[in-house]
Amino acid sequence: MLTLLVKGGRVINPAVQQDEICDILIENGKIKAVGANLAADGAEIYDASGLVVAPGFIDMHVHLRQPGQSEKETIASGTRAAAAGGITRIATMPNTKPVIDKAILVDGMKYKIEREGVVKVEIIGAISKKLEGQELSGMGGMAKAGAVAFSDDGRFVENSDFMRKAMEYASMFHKVIIDHCEEQNLVQGGQMHEGAVSNQLGLKGRPAVAEDIAVARDILLAEATGTPVHIAHISTKNAVDMVRCAKARGVQVTAEATPQHLILTDEALRTYDTRFKVNPPLRSDEHRAAVVEGLKDGTIDAIVTDHAPHEWEEKDQEFNLAPSGFVGLETSIGAVLTYLYHTDTVGLMTIVRAMSTAQAEILGLDAGIIAPGKDADLTVIDLDQEWSVDAAAFYSKGKASPFDEMIFKGKAAATIVNGNFVMKNGEVLR
Amino acid sequence: MVSIQGKSLLGLQGVPKEEIELILRVAKKMKSVVNSGNKKLPLLHGKSVVNMFWEPSTRTRGSFEMAAKYLGADVINFTPRGSSIQKGESFRDTLLTVTAMGVDAIVMRQKQEGSPWFARTCVDPIIINAGDGAHEHPTQGLLDLFTIQEVKGHLDGLKVVIVGDIDHGRVARSNIYGLQAMGADVHLAGPRTLLQPELESMGVTVHYDLDEALEGADVVNVLRIQRERQGIGFFPSAGEYNSLFGISEKRLEQAQKDVLVLHPGPMNRGIEIEPDACYGGHSSIQEQVKNGVSVRMAVLYLTIIGGDDVDITR
Repeated sequence: MLTLLVKGGRVINPAVQQDEICDILIENGKIKAVGANLAADGAEIYDASGLVVAPGFIDMHVHLRQPGQSEKETIASGTRAAAAGGITRIATMPNTKPVIDKAILVDGMKYKIEREGVVKVEIIGAISKKLEGQELSGMGGMAKAGAVAFSDDGRFVENSDFMRKAMEYASMFHKVIIDHCEEQNLVQGGQMHEGAVSNQLGLKGRPAVAEDIAVARDILLAEATGTPVHIAHISTKNAVDMVRCAKARGVQVTAEATPQHLILTDEALRTYDTRFKVNPPLRSDEHRAAVVEGLKDGTIDAIVTDHAPHEWEEKDQEFNLAPSGFVGLETSIGAVLTYLYHTDTVGLMTIVRAMSTAQAEILGLDAGIIAPGKDADLTVIDLDQEWSVDAAAFYSKGKASPFDEMIFKGKAAATIVNGNFVMKNGEVLR
Repeated sequence: MVSIQGKSLLGLQGVPKEEIELILRVAKKMKSVVNSGNKKLPLLHGKSVVNMFWEPSTRTRGSFEMAAKYLGADVINFTPRGSSIQKGESFRDTLLTVTAMGVDAIVMRQKQEGSPWFARTCVDPIIINAGDGAHEHPTQGLLDLFTIQEVKGHLDGLKVVIVGDIDHGRVARSNIYGLQAMGADVHLAGPRTLLQPELESMGVTVHYDLDEALEGADVVNVLRIQRERQGIGFFPSAGEYNSLFGISEKRLEQAQKDVLVLHPGPMNRGIEIEPDACYGGHSSIQEQVKNGVSVRMAVLYLTIIGGDDVDITR
């Protein structure tokens, strides 16, 4: 019998509003007990004093790139990156080659994940076949095979009638639709946020209104159909306002934000550094501040990374030619703690909820809580550890990071999945 | 002592007044060389310049080549056609290859905005931006400044109106930065679809009524309207553009009597400019082309050799 006793950590457990120093006893991969002064004969003791112990962090917006683009990332490399960053469970987006749009592909992914995954991996299926926005994917079969949500991420579902049907159809399986909200015609050829900086750089803009229109449409469809929708990587002031209003009148809408949109602005683009190129784009400070406000007041439920690895050769190009997206799994905790927690902007309970509990709720997972009987997935955090980001040393194959060379305060000290350490002191153990 | 030796010229944004003045001063001397019987002034003898033009260009490339040759530099022209670019070589590797041949300066035109910034992170030679997409075209900006100064005697306090497709215009941006550094009052005019009001954050005044913009103008810089833009939402037709924003002698009555008209070329006569305006007494359009060579001689000399002046006695 394998037992692990996590001793003396500060347990932050948003599901029950718990913030206290106590022990967690783990047996056979499950949490056995949570309380003060627990003891167990022969158990491995992990001294967590001075550290935060949280329910395993989740990242519901990750691109693992397999199948089809294993030069960018693989299930093996991506889940090791997650472990290194303190993330115990990720959900992988279906814009792979081929697109995950039917049950047999979900089965194939599960087979591969079981053998190569270092952390837990959930599968998000496509909304439309081949992400073409025309025909419904095999949602029923995928749901049965274990897909947790549906998304055409990377592309906005343009056709409103199709989106309506997709939302209605997915609701039969109690699965949420996740939408990448940028109205295509308005962002065609756009390279960065449209505004003063894009005007000065001569780069074609992706205006905020493109996201606003898309979010408005999705909220209205969710309201009209009475089905849930999840707004991916929200990044504009109006979109946050609209989600806030919609929630107040009971629409089933949830939203996620990324560290980059919570922390960085389009000012970072001034040197045409492709490390900062992403969709939706880094926006002006007015939008960034609105996203932070949305996180603080609960309008925004989740913090995700949109981990989107690319090869170095692809990012090492002229700005317009470089692909959008960058990695995030190994920097999200550090970035969020440094810029939101240590600046007294967002409290720890809110952060842990957004990075764990809320995501489990959105996806309907039995996770995100520390309680007897639950899987022993834990993220252990040293709030005060200072470290500098070294993208070249990432476990991920993607080395482009907007946070490279930054000094962070706060880091995952250990990642525990099913009672096993998959990362300890920065070293991935599998 | 002001010097730009060893510096790349990526754009005019952030270039201080003293450096612009230095370039204009040396360009004036270079012009006297160009105007003389013997144009050869071997100040760059033993130096090499490569023209890398990924986009078609006649006047800018010819102007740079002429400038380098008048100064006695060796020049090679590099075009994507027939080069390893077509074989899939990356931009970085192409730059490394050219650099390994021992060039002192790379003059580059690229469709992608910001490419010269990327190039500077890849290789050591001086990078001269000859136009990066819709961003900047600093030597065009400098030659416009030079032409205005030559005609008006100064730049500070002048009301300069730039008319046309500002959003896609690299000439516009370089003009704005250069003119502002020199103390001119910059106004922009064009259709709302090609001129975003956010540009006012750069300290300029934006107009959608041409007559209002032209009132009291000392200089009008007319930008080329790309025919491809008509009918796809930017404006309905060339004819309508002409009626709203075309520059004619009649329209120029709003401006100062001695208003100077510039156009970076190539012109669409009958669209953004009428023949009476481009060939009339207010126009210095042909002089701009000549000044382009002088200004590029100054830029090549000052970045490669340096100093705060030039000795043109042979």
